[in-house]
Amino acid sequence: MAKKFFIRPGAMIALVLKTLFQKPATVDYPNKPLPMPEHFRGKLDFMPEKCIGCLLCMKDCPTDAIEIKKLGDKKFEMDIDLGKCIYCGQCVDSCLKKALAITPNFELAQFSHDKLRVVFNAAGSPDGTDQKA
Amino acid sequence: MDFDKTNDKDMQISIGPQHPALKEPTSFSLALRGEKIEAIQVKIGYNHRGIEKGCESRTYIQDMYLLERICGICSHAHSTAYVQAVETIAGLQVPRRALYLRVLIGELERIHSHLLWLGVAGHEIGFDTLLMYTWRDREAIMDLLAELTGNRVNYGINTIGGVRRDLTKEEGERIVKIIDHLAEQTKYYIQLAQEEVTLIQRLSGVGKLPREDALRLGAVGPTARASSITFDVRKDDPYAAYGELDFKAVSADQADVYGRTIVRLGELMEAYSLIKQVVKNLPDGPIAVRAPRKIPAGEALSRYEAPRGEDVHYVKSNGTENPERVKVRAPTLANTQAIAKMLEDRYLADLPIVVAAIDPCFSCTDRAIEVEGRGLMSWEKLRRYSIDWYRAQGVDFRNVKRVI
Repeated sequence: MAKKFFIRPGAMIALVLKTLFQKPATVDYPNKPLPMPEHFRGKLDFMPEKCIGCLLCMKDCPTDAIEIKKLGDKKFEMDIDLGKCIYCGQCVDSCLKKALAITPNFELAQFSHDKLRVVFNAAGSPDGTDQKA
Repeated sequence: MDFDKTNDKDMQISIGPQHPALKEPTSFSLALRGEKIEAIQVKIGYNHRGIEKGCESRTYIQDMYLLERICGICSHAHSTAYVQAVETIAGLQVPRRALYLRVLIGELERIHSHLLWLGVAGHEIGFDTLLMYTWRDREAIMDLLAELTGNRVNYGINTIGGVRRDLTKEEGERIVKIIDHLAEQTKYYIQLAQEEVTLIQRLSGVGKLPREDALRLGAVGPTARASSITFDVRKDDPYAAYGELDFKAVSADQADVYGRTIVRLGELMEAYSLIKQVVKNLPDGPIAVRAPRKIPAGEALSRYEAPRGEDVHYVKSNGTENPERVKVRAPTLANTQAIAKMLEDRYLADLPIVVAAIDPCFSCTDRAIEVEGRGLMSWEKLRRYSIDWYRAQGVDFRNVKRVI
């Protein structure tokens, strides 16, 4: 065995030289977009017209990030804290009426914690604090 | 050791808890004679997160996500070990397709963990080229996991009673393509490990752990298997679909860091074969059964062969929506005991690679913290102590809104 050690010193050199002329394995993000797979678990989406106010999403959320508020008869809004959300998607699984969905949007960084709170109002569109990618 | 302060060669040094060579907090107290390690004391417990206690105030579903976050690398290991225990108590018949998919994700996780380890080991011995190549290859697996499960880490694929996402035929084909490519790469790394003179010379004979010592100190996983102990939970106590699949528990007899490298490389090849078998033989049918929210009273112990070794979860239920007790034994706790033995009569420069060779995950390990000289404390007393301790540091919890 000891003799075999010295058969190929620098056994990796061929690969090292080959790689010198290949394009980089990394992506120049954020200068170039980095799309996520279709079913990537990013920011939540809420469809108020489907919500029946069963509050199962609130009950199952591991981090208490969701709050469903009743605005009127069969009208609900969702208040989500993206800073607390762990993007597990359990609320989407728990929802009986498919009022929640997950989007591949992962670029959610903010300078202020307040901006991480997103309210999806009863009209069906998120208010001004929502950040579209 | 007879420590002699008047002798210039005798030194006592502390490494950690924060140290650039180790990315997690742990502390080593070393007694040195010259560069030789005479005695070593390992102290863990810097990253206690109260996860087990936290589980008691959350529901079974919420606990799944909490326990998954014990470790960022073997997250599937912890969530599977936990759901297996809960399913046993509830008497759920998990569909075969779900069991196969758990194996698939578990093996993909093992590949990314072992490739990561190979890179870290290369880095610790100054072979950064290996780090760059293995981490580049590992990225293919990370992307694949993101596509299959929805995230690169903390996959969230498990649910009580099955899995949450199905596998399409196209995804299966893609997996096989990527696995074939990685198998080629790994063959090259195996050849490298057998021929590259610097790698062999640096790792051979370092961190010796003879078979008897490995058994005595309770080493698990690749650390034990490199000391010719052919123990693998997947083989010896099959869970999920491992009983139906063909693979072998890789072991080596070198009993040193080189042996641990060989074992991990061998396990990579076995994982590729397992994944191909799963994709080929994936049974049809549902991927989950409905699980009750309230789990009947009972207790169960679940074992899982995580990339680092045997992971043990114990769950006790009392008929409510929350478990009464959850106990986790992460593999690193079992392997930590062996570090002192491995470093006997070695040099200080061997410390990083020997510690790295057990593939430590100290944050996953900490299940208890010792407050020196205070004896046993009740929950209320402990809570009061922590509030007072933080207040002395200038953090007052009276004004903080209670968050779960």
